[in-house]
Amino acid sequence: MLHIVNKSATERGALDSCLSMATKGSAVLLIEDAVYAATNGNAAAAKIQAAAADLKIYALGPDLAARGMAGRVLDGVNVVDYGGFVDLVAEHSNCQSWL
Amino acid sequence: MSEMDDMDDGSGIIKKFMFLNRKAPHGTVYALEGLEVVLITAAFDQDVSMVFTDDGVYQLIKGVDTKGIEVKDFSRTYRALEGYDIEKLYVDQKSMDARGLTEEDLIVDVTVLSVDEMANLMAEQDVVISF
Repeated sequence: MLHIVNKSATERGALDSCLSMATKGSAVLLIEDAVYAATNGNAAAAKIQAAAADLKIYALGPDLAARGMAGRVLDGVNVVDYGGFVDLVAEHSNCQSWL
Repeated sequence: MSEMDDMDDGSGIIKKFMFLNRKAPHGTVYALEGLEVVLITAAFDQDVSMVFTDDGVYQLIKGVDTKGIEVKDFSRTYRALEGYDIEKLYVDQKSMDARGLTEEDLIVDVTVLSVDEMANLMAEQDVVISF
């Protein structure tokens, strides 16, 4: 399953809800303000790194760049472009957007 | 016109305005709209402070490239604030720490305040407007 999160983890609980429901082997794609969670020094970074043991974590590159965060991405997080976003949706049988 | 001159239309009153910015830049329109209102307020020669706290500190990050998401890069506008006599820019230390940010990561010179200092600054304002 593909989980998509678009809210900042330092403002809303969407990432926590997602990580509590995502089962082993699932993919989590961070887009829009959710990408901050995948950056060095963010309060949610430890949660992302812990989750990366069981989940595949992706972050949308254009959203990172637009926020000045392209150079701060955590190790273990895969940066994808819009084509990669489409591929992830196509590869997974279902997806959930944590709005 | 002398009657008009005698009327107190309030034009000489200067109030202390605080603009409190708590949202990250592109996920919502708050940051951009807040910036527009600040520039309008400055045109009325008011005493303006801009405060960046919580995810609002992300508005001031350097090295932004918005081409990929096809929206306006308004981060440069913060550098133009000085030209509108808006020089009181404050960021919250705790919010910076929670995001791994330092002053070197920011596009403008700011004053970093503790929570207590921020609270006192807010308490002394005539008007607080939140975005």
